[in-house]
Amino acid sequence: MRRGAKGAVLEVRALSVEFSTARGPLKALRNVDLDVPAGSVVGVVGESGSGKSTLAGAVMRLLAENTRITAGEVRFEGRDLLRASNAEMRAIRGERISMVFQDPMTSLNPVLSIGTQMVDIQYRRDRSREEKNARAVEMLRRVGIPDAERRMAHYPHQFSGGMRQRVAIAMALETEPALLIADEPTTALDATLEVQIIHRLKDLQRSEGCAILFISHHLGVIAELCDYVVVMYGGEVVERGTVRDIFHRPGHPYTEKLLECDPARIADRSRDLPTIPGDVPDLVALPRGCVFAPRCAKAVDVCGRDAPPDVWLEEGHEAKCHLAAKAGGGAASGFEGGAASGAGPRAGAGAASGTAAESGAGEGAGAGTRTASGGAPA
Amino acid sequence: MWLYLCKRVVLGAVIVVVAVSLLYSMIHLVPGDPVKIVLGPRASPELQAAIHEKLGLNDPLPVQILNFLGNVATGDLGVDVFKNRPVADIVLEQLPHTVVLVVTGIGWAMLLGIPLGCASAIHRNSVLDRIAGVLSVSCIAIPSFVVAIYAVMLFAVTLKWLPAIGAGERGNLASQAWHLVLPAFAVGLSWVGYLARLVRASMLEILGEAHVRTARAFGLPERTIVLKYVLRLAILPTITLLGMGIGILISSAVFAEIVFARPGVGRLIFDAVSTRNYPVVMGAVLITTVLFVVSTTLSDLINALVDPRLRSEE
Amino acid sequence: MAVTTTAAATPALENLGAWTAFRRSIGRVVREPLGALGLFMVVLIVGSAIGADWLAPFDPNKIDIRAKLEPPSVEHLLGTDQLGRDIFSRVLVGGQIALKVSLVAIGAALAVGLVLGLIAGFGPRWLDHGLVLLFDTVRSFPTVMFALALITLLGPSLETVVVVVVVTQIPIYARMVRTQTLALRSAEFIMAERVMGAGFFRILAVHILPNVIGPLLILASMDIPFVITIEAGLSFLGMGVRPPTPSWGTILNDGYSFLYNTPWPAIAGGLPVIITTLGFTFLGESLRDVFDPKLRKDV
Repeated sequence: MRRGAKGAVLEVRALSVEFSTARGPLKALRNVDLDVPAGSVVGVVGESGSGKSTLAGAVMRLLAENTRITAGEVRFEGRDLLRASNAEMRAIRGERISMVFQDPMTSLNPVLSIGTQMVDIQYRRDRSREEKNARAVEMLRRVGIPDAERRMAHYPHQFSGGMRQRVAIAMALETEPALLIADEPTTALDATLEVQIIHRLKDLQRSEGCAILFISHHLGVIAELCDYVVVMYGGEVVERGTVRDIFHRPGHPYTEKLLECDPARIADRSRDLPTIPGDVPDLVALPRGCVFAPRCAKAVDVCGRDAPPDVWLEEGHEAKCHLAAKAGGGAASGFEGGAASGAGPRAGAGAASGTAAESGAGEGAGAGTRTASGGAPA
Repeated sequence: MWLYLCKRVVLGAVIVVVAVSLLYSMIHLVPGDPVKIVLGPRASPELQAAIHEKLGLNDPLPVQILNFLGNVATGDLGVDVFKNRPVADIVLEQLPHTVVLVVTGIGWAMLLGIPLGCASAIHRNSVLDRIAGVLSVSCIAIPSFVVAIYAVMLFAVTLKWLPAIGAGERGNLASQAWHLVLPAFAVGLSWVGYLARLVRASMLEILGEAHVRTARAFGLPERTIVLKYVLRLAILPTITLLGMGIGILISSAVFAEIVFARPGVGRLIFDAVSTRNYPVVMGAVLITTVLFVVSTTLSDLINALVDPRLRSEE
Repeated sequence: MAVTTTAAATPALENLGAWTAFRRSIGRVVREPLGALGLFMVVLIVGSAIGADWLAPFDPNKIDIRAKLEPPSVEHLLGTDQLGRDIFSRVLVGGQIALKVSLVAIGAALAVGLVLGLIAGFGPRWLDHGLVLLFDTVRSFPTVMFALALITLLGPSLETVVVVVVVTQIPIYARMVRTQTLALRSAEFIMAERVMGAGFFRILAVHILPNVIGPLLILASMDIPFVITIEAGLSFLGMGVRPPTPSWGTILNDGYSFLYNTPWPAIAGGLPVIITTLGFTFLGESLRDVFDPKLRKDV
């Protein structure tokens, strides 16, 4: 994905989030950079605990009480949401950014009819009640709910799980937002429904023209729907690129493992479901060096010692890995020195986008040799 | 839901039947002839026999209970031997006084307790929440008759703001309302605590649910979220509590009626106990028990009306 | 044999753990201002009730008409009543009576409730249903109304108060025992023992009782202020303790009659009731906070 690209509707820069726990601060997100270009679909993929949902919560500023955003920016339509007042934030929620949640069984109010909830969220619109009703019915039709008019009077428990998630999508798109955040919207549904919902979402995204930040741990869904992919692990972005980059030329060992473990890919080859050995890292007491190193089959000495830089692989494709840098060959040793000299991930990240932009003309030649830290003076 | 409600109604009816039988057999199994208790030891044997015959006390107990149940079903609760009037009339005459007291008491408690619970939940762990918490517990702990006496001492005797006894002039609504203030205060005080605590707890639970996060994600104003999206759910256990609480309310009303020398079922039963007028005692107990059963069933019905999930259940 | 030894040894170990846990939780209760206040109030009330015979400066029933309705003084800490009796002494002895009544009544209700609850939990379904219906019925009588009905039959006396408490509280204990028993009865480890031929009484003694007694005792201790309230309330109505025996309720009633002369007797009668109920409630609240890990995490 192009960072710093013109027309990005959402730009997340160096975002760090902590949870206060009994054992001390849990560093749920560290230095996360992310762009969502207008009108595109960006997938965020990772295991549970990788910080995907925290990222969504931080963008919406809807985090649990024990959560603190320690650093970074969330620029939406040019404005830093982390510095917006509560009233400004509320004006954006549901109007410019809306959200679809994971569990359709609990994410709708059980004692208010669908119609009431769909009319309520239009409270900012200068419309008559009939117009608001009509808009709600129209949206229900567009997400494929039969008999929409009658269904308006029904309560959430009268809908099936798949239908409820359609209602949630209808609500999210009702106010024509610039950005839709979908936090594992299909995880609670079975596979057939999942496909239906994804297709519907894709159609709607095209017709409405909004950008989508799509969070999932399901690679198949990501491949189906997204233009760009961000891979998260242990609260960091470990790789980013276009869907094609990530699925065909993964640059990070974690991404490779994720692809190997995807049931859709391996179903016909082996009976045992491969898994990534080891546990997700303890984000209170982070390991030195690379967060993935303890589970990484390819880890070498440097991985346990130094934090890896963002390595430029090709236009818009980066991986946070020492090995990706080595793969390029010659520059590897020089790079190691650079990383050891203490360029932080933040500086590294900034430099990486700079490098990518500069080298636009020389794209394709000597991919991977230009490393982020290498080009980062400060 | 209809099935469920039918079950509730039938269960309520069964409880009333068992209660009636229990009370009736209790009175007649206790050593000592109730007729002698009523008439006194010096009543002539002929009179005693006549009353026995009149009350049907010569039949075996199960027959007596069945007869009595039959009578109760037709609204006949027996006859007050002293006044020679139907017990049902006497009790129903006094019931409105008690109902007014109970409704006023619970009314002001709701007006104060529910917002207090809401505020405590929204500003959790604040100074307000902590003070409200201690006050709620204290309100619940202190028995209503002590509250009543201390209230008389403070507001009627010492400060002379409010009248201590009586129900006010007949036909003068302002005076009656004025006389209702202290008794209603005494009856309702503990309910401020009950309601505040319950509403706080259930609000906190609901505020943590996923659909509230959805409402926030759509930028709904906090006021709409609290009043329309959260309170509507948080109020459900309160309705159940109120339905169950009618028993406690009636008990407090008995004390309030005696302390404040007001008419009502409590006063009636108190006088009847003092004179061992057991048909009246039994009638009063029965009617208040029926009131309890009706109010719990009613609260289930209201719950079902407010909660669409219950409404569509099988 | 081996099984029996383990079974016998386990409760002892558990008790040791429970004792340390108890001491620790008392420590935690005392650290909270409200818990400390509650504990202090409870100790004050219980201590003064136990030591009433030594602490009371006067015979609680000694009449001295010349000294009637005196305000508090060094001699009469809480003043005197309309018959010149020392109210402080009457409050102390009244507390003793209130505590005795609640211990006897709760003990009896506990015993009967335990047996009925076990019968309902272990017995055939029809018996279970019948008993539950009976419990629900008794609980649907408003307490005071039911008490007054019983008093009509039995006459007002201390014993009647005990009967009232026993009858109204049995359903509460019985229901709890029943619920616990039903839950345990179908628990896997008990099923396994039954399959292995363990007798009814063995299961009862080894598994059910130890699990039921703890919560039951907590419930019972929370019930003490409630029973004291019933005793005081009925005595206040003149339907509990018979004069001249002192009771907080009768002191309140006497004081209420002379409220326009002097407020002291009424204040003196109400205060111990308030201290008792508040003390037990505060203590219970902070004990619950200590034992409920979910709430503890919040703080």
